[in-house]
Amino acid sequence: MRVKIKRCNFLFISILFMCLLAYGCDINRDNDNVTINVCNWGEYISNGTYGGVNVNSLFTKETGIKVNYTTFQSNEELFAKMSGNGAAYDVIIPSDYMIARFIENNMLEKLEFKNIPNYHLIDDNFKNRSYDENNEFSVPYTWGLMGIFVNKNMVDEPVDEIDWNILWNEKYSNKILMFDNSRDAFGISLMRLGYSINTVNLSEWRKAAEELKKQRPLIQTYVMDQIYDKMGNGEAALAPYYSGDAGIMVKSNPNIKFVVPKSGTNMFIDAMCIPKGSDHKKEAEEYINFMCRTDIALANSLYTNYSTPHKGAYENLPEDIRSNDVFYPGDDIIKNSEVFVNLPSEINQEINALWIQIKTGGENNPWILIAIIVSGMVLYILVTLYKKNMFWEVVKMASIKFKDGNVMEFTVGTTILTTI
Amino acid sequence: MKTQRIIFPYAVWSLLFTVLPLILMFTLAFTDSSEKLTIDNFLQVGKYSSVFVRSMWLGGFSTLVCFIIGYPVAYFISKIHVKNQGLVLVFMMIPMWMSFLLRTYAWITILENNGLINTFLRSLGLGEIRIINTQWAVIIGMVYNFLPYMVFPIYSVLAKIDTKIIEAAQDLGANKQKVFSKVIFPLSIPGVISGIIMVFVPSVSTFIISKMLGGGSNLLIGDLIEMQFLGTTYNPNLGSAISLVLMVIIMICMGIMNKFDSEEEKRQAIMM
Amino acid sequence: MKIISRIYMTLVFIFLYAPIFVLIAFSFNESRSRAVWGGATFKWYLRLFENKEILTSFSNTLILAIAASIFATILGTISVIGISKTNGIVKKIIMSVTNIPMINPEIVTGVSLMILFVMIYNVTGILEPGLTTLFIAHTTFCLPYVILSVMPKFRQLDPNLYEAAQDLGCGPVKAFFKAVLPELIPAIVTGGMIAFTMSIDDFVISYFTSGTTKTLPLTIYSMTRKRISPEINALSTILFGIIFILLAVINIRQIKSDNLKEN
Repeated sequence: MRVKIKRCNFLFISILFMCLLAYGCDINRDNDNVTINVCNWGEYISNGTYGGVNVNSLFTKETGIKVNYTTFQSNEELFAKMSGNGAAYDVIIPSDYMIARFIENNMLEKLEFKNIPNYHLIDDNFKNRSYDENNEFSVPYTWGLMGIFVNKNMVDEPVDEIDWNILWNEKYSNKILMFDNSRDAFGISLMRLGYSINTVNLSEWRKAAEELKKQRPLIQTYVMDQIYDKMGNGEAALAPYYSGDAGIMVKSNPNIKFVVPKSGTNMFIDAMCIPKGSDHKKEAEEYINFMCRTDIALANSLYTNYSTPHKGAYENLPEDIRSNDVFYPGDDIIKNSEVFVNLPSEINQEINALWIQIKTGGENNPWILIAIIVSGMVLYILVTLYKKNMFWEVVKMASIKFKDGNVMEFTVGTTILTTI
Repeated sequence: MKTQRIIFPYAVWSLLFTVLPLILMFTLAFTDSSEKLTIDNFLQVGKYSSVFVRSMWLGGFSTLVCFIIGYPVAYFISKIHVKNQGLVLVFMMIPMWMSFLLRTYAWITILENNGLINTFLRSLGLGEIRIINTQWAVIIGMVYNFLPYMVFPIYSVLAKIDTKIIEAAQDLGANKQKVFSKVIFPLSIPGVISGIIMVFVPSVSTFIISKMLGGGSNLLIGDLIEMQFLGTTYNPNLGSAISLVLMVIIMICMGIMNKFDSEEEKRQAIMM
Repeated sequence: MKIISRIYMTLVFIFLYAPIFVLIAFSFNESRSRAVWGGATFKWYLRLFENKEILTSFSNTLILAIAASIFATILGTISVIGISKTNGIVKKIIMSVTNIPMINPEIVTGVSLMILFVMIYNVTGILEPGLTTLFIAHTTFCLPYVILSVMPKFRQLDPNLYEAAQDLGCGPVKAFFKAVLPELIPAIVTGGMIAFTMSIDDFVISYFTSGTTKTLPLTIYSMTRKRISPEINALSTILFGIIFILLAVINIRQIKSDNLKEN
């Protein structure tokens, strides 16, 4: 009997585990039905909302490969997800400096360019950039500039005169949104101070952080893609963000204008990469190739409004977009802008620490935290004593000692007396 | 003897998925990124004590508001006809069935500068109030999300109070206030305690409510932890250290609260 | 006094239902924006059934909640029996461990599980973060609720019941299924229901343990961080309607049958 019950249990549990395993395998290793995990910025692909094609479902329809599409909000967040969450992506679309950081940390696969024949359609201007010098890891997807979105109804300054300084203007207190990622936020502060956004001088970073701390009380909230919602609904007057979003933003609220400060700005290139250890590298390359097809690149560019590095797509864009210097700025603006470069890791660490300080409101006295924990423990002990009716004994003892004038006991006495 | 082995699957499961993760977190908190032993992470945690103070103040205040609003609710429900009590409780529970993210998101629509409340006030010519992206919005969000956790335990204790005890007190000459302060309230303390714990713990550690309603300047412990693991400042070692400190604080709070709850001791005694 | 309590309760209920009414109203809003009322429409309800992202994550959520709550209920019931057979220090340890997921803030549970899963995945290559890890995480935080709802009922059971069944010729397994289990069913069902609801609405723990898989709360979260699509309002209105009607019908019928009995 004893054997029987044990066996029965064992059988039962092992069946459950087997079901579980089978279930898990079914999802991960079904080869007829490959799913690739794509991680992209929010609002960064044509999804059919405004009448264009839904790129991901078209890809599935044509190739049979399913796409599990997820989004991230900032390069730093993608870095955290890749290193900490064990998220196994097959295609990611980070920006220039983050690609360099991924390459440095050996987190990207080399691409097999013979699987990406459409690569020749990419403008040579965007190849062999410093973040990926030999162009082994990435295929450019979009590019653009950083600038300030302004709600003309809420801002008095003439739009042409707006500079980074306006984000520190107390007149617009609580009407300013700010980047919720360290590199972009620091970039603005550094540009405003006239430093290079890629400076390796720590004191310049600290100075920029000081300015961001001063700015904090004026900020309504730190956001990324929520900017669509907040600017569109007229909740905020000023928000630095990326040029491509001007398209959707202006559609939702015609009062919004995108301004590139004259003093210079940041230019970025976002490119498609395949992370190390991708289970479906070939399919991922197929996806990248698909994204480089002229009709798809055109659809994406029309939907996201980000500037495309794709020659075919650019030629097919309507004239009014091509001549719009928000999306395709002149050479003088591009020359006046700087691309982020990956920084040495000790500077990255310092930036992280400074960024948390900015978001939490500065450095604090560690003793406050210790005091909280210690007083909590003291309270716990007191309550325990009280419950055991020893409380009054302790108080009496303490007060007797207090009369003796012992300083140490005085503190104990007051603590107890205040808690009564 | 033979049936004792039946505990094995559960023991293995909780060892693997409850104890082991905490041990791993503990080791992460005491090492740096190159896996050397250090207490540097904890020294860094101290730098963010304002976040801890803010979390505890907001969590504590919300718990207090929940108690002030929730106790009368529980009391009134326990006073209505027994047949209808279940129905009222169900209506209290229904909102909890909707995704709390969406409900919190809906509060943005209500509270924001051009939101429902301000549009309403403006149409009456009363000007506008600024709630969104302030501490008050976070408190509203916390109270809204966790109020039922306060009402249910208090109600369940109040509903169990024997009416004979109350009648006896009345017979002995106690007026309404006396009955409440000397009989009903002391008897409901266990419910209040579990209510306070059930509201305080999630509100101290939330990161969604502060993110959605609190704007940039109301970062809480939860946000700080999330930032270290999946956010913009990746540093799991520091994140683990913050989590450990949070655990310690919550354990102390619960320890203190449980001391006031004689039922808890009894229950523990029974369980042993 | 009665009037005061009525007014008070009404106010509290308005507070509780206000955001829900907002959501329902906006599910019929023609305009995509929250700021503008563009007239009434049903289009979001139609679009909902074309939105793959929402539908996939919804089915993920359902599969996960059903699997995790069933497994947690079975494992929980077995462990209640197991716990009742242990004594002294062992019992004390097991009960403390059981309490950990309940006492710990969700974010700590989520983060610690994430650390474990990622470590296992990086070292051995198995257990890729996804539905499997979500299943384990959900089972882990549902288990204590099942145990705590079955345990009191099990303790109330007459210990002689099991022996009597054995005396009457049942084997141990049969005795358990015939004599003990039927008595426990109500508590087991309650535990399972709690587990199911906990699992279906869980965001924090899923957020840390999901890898690339998306459940409904995760999809909603990623939407609230950009532009929320009104389809999600439509989905929650439908879900709200179903639950509302279901609970209302059950309760009203119960009240009616109570009334009948009294008469």
